[in-house]
Amino acid sequence: MIEFTNHRHNPLVDPAVHVWGWEIPVYLFLGGLVAGLMIIAGVRLLIMRPNARQALVCCTIGPLAGLVLLSLGMLALFLDLSHKFHVWRLYLAFEPTSPMSWGAWILLFVYPALLANALAHLPEAIPALAKRVPVLVTISDYILSRPRLVLGTGLANITIGVALGLYTGILLGTMGARPLWNSAVLGPLFLFSGLSTAAALLHGILVLTARDDELPEFADFLLSMVARWSGARPLDTRIAPTLAQADNSFLTIELGLLGLLLIGHLTSTAVHQEAAGLLLNGPYAAVFWVFVIGLGILIPLFLQHLELLHRIRHTIAPSLLVLCGGLVLRFVLVAAGQASHWSAALP
Amino acid sequence: MARYIMVIDTRRCVGCMDCVVACKTENNIPEGYTRDWITETVRGKFPTTSLEIRTERCNHCANPPCVSCCPTGASHVHERGGVVLVNKEECIGCKACLAACPYDARYIHPDGYADKCTFCIHRVEKGQLPACVSVCPTRCMHFGDADDPSSEVSQLLASRPQHTLLPEAGTKPRIYYLT
Repeated sequence: MIEFTNHRHNPLVDPAVHVWGWEIPVYLFLGGLVAGLMIIAGVRLLIMRPNARQALVCCTIGPLAGLVLLSLGMLALFLDLSHKFHVWRLYLAFEPTSPMSWGAWILLFVYPALLANALAHLPEAIPALAKRVPVLVTISDYILSRPRLVLGTGLANITIGVALGLYTGILLGTMGARPLWNSAVLGPLFLFSGLSTAAALLHGILVLTARDDELPEFADFLLSMVARWSGARPLDTRIAPTLAQADNSFLTIELGLLGLLLIGHLTSTAVHQEAAGLLLNGPYAAVFWVFVIGLGILIPLFLQHLELLHRIRHTIAPSLLVLCGGLVLRFVLVAAGQASHWSAALP
Repeated sequence: MARYIMVIDTRRCVGCMDCVVACKTENNIPEGYTRDWITETVRGKFPTTSLEIRTERCNHCANPPCVSCCPTGASHVHERGGVVLVNKEECIGCKACLAACPYDARYIHPDGYADKCTFCIHRVEKGQLPACVSVCPTRCMHFGDADDPSSEVSQLLASRPQHTLLPEAGTKPRIYYLT
């Protein structure tokens, strides 16, 4: 028998470490979502034929949403800092061993890459805005008339998107003090989770804007207001099945990576097995199995599979489930990770 | 170059917390926070039980994860003695170092920066001992240079069995507990 008594009483640390609250999971979720939007936008920009007027949802709406979402994520990150007025110190140094330092610098490149992708087709997506700000048309023409620039913008979005998505997982994965996080699988897991949430968001936007869909009154009102203001043309919904199919692939890979994460821990040391137990049958098990695996991955996989088989119509339900599942995954991993500890092995 | 370590005799420590009070006084630690603390571990089954009382603090690891994860370089290894310190002007309060420390030795100071034991480097630079070591009534705490074979700490380590905390975490802690 071992009985351990600790007389320490530091806030956020005792009785259990809880240094990161809601801000970090929200930031990790939004960062992953934006990474996914960047990769999809980059790929779409590269494979779209010149002058093709289609799939604006991926190349314009996605990056524009990404700019807003990333700003919200960075606001959450800023709110988490306890020495807020020193935030500028992040950009006075580059610490190669610190994933957070890498992330801070990567975030600087995300904005211009997203903006370039959005501007390439912006006049088509929001003609009213382009009419008021003619320079947008000039910029769009400048980009689209230069194939190398289009190629560079697409590749930059893919590369930076992959870096951003991986970094959100690696940030936690390098914390050796928290056994649950200490896995190289977290990087790819967060990347593919980000991709699935991004595909789900774009799929959801397409479903919402589809004209033959019966929308709730408030959504119809909001969408018609936005459409009237922007003078936007209806989005091409032909890409919806492709997005649903892509989302299913990402969800399947995410499920596989979650399995690998748990297998890795279960075949490792006692503290890692104990950490995996937090998710498998411990205090976080109910949320993990119900909201992450069940409602966040398996049910949307099934619903989207039926949509692709034309058994049911495309609805916003799977998109909402995937988005909520992605958010809950970050909350569960951040909370359970902080609860996992080496102290189980104290001498 | 010096390599400061602390050697604590668990057979002498009685958990009086003089070290805790001395640290709070010397370093003006705010109420409700602490840089060092006491732990008690009871092992075995009655009547063959054993009790180990330890005074714990930042281990000033030779491989400090709090330093490698710091995005601004605020957490750093001091050139004198390899002591791990925090520059509060450079700290942004991201709390990555708190999450990275397997000993949970850090806390967020009410002013917003990460704070922890400094081995009282301001005293050591004047040739004095850390406050906790200087007040210990049982003289269970010893501080010195591990690279000097004639130092008290080197001789204690050579003559007595000892252990460190969580060596399996790979941080190479530099506080040794004599058993």
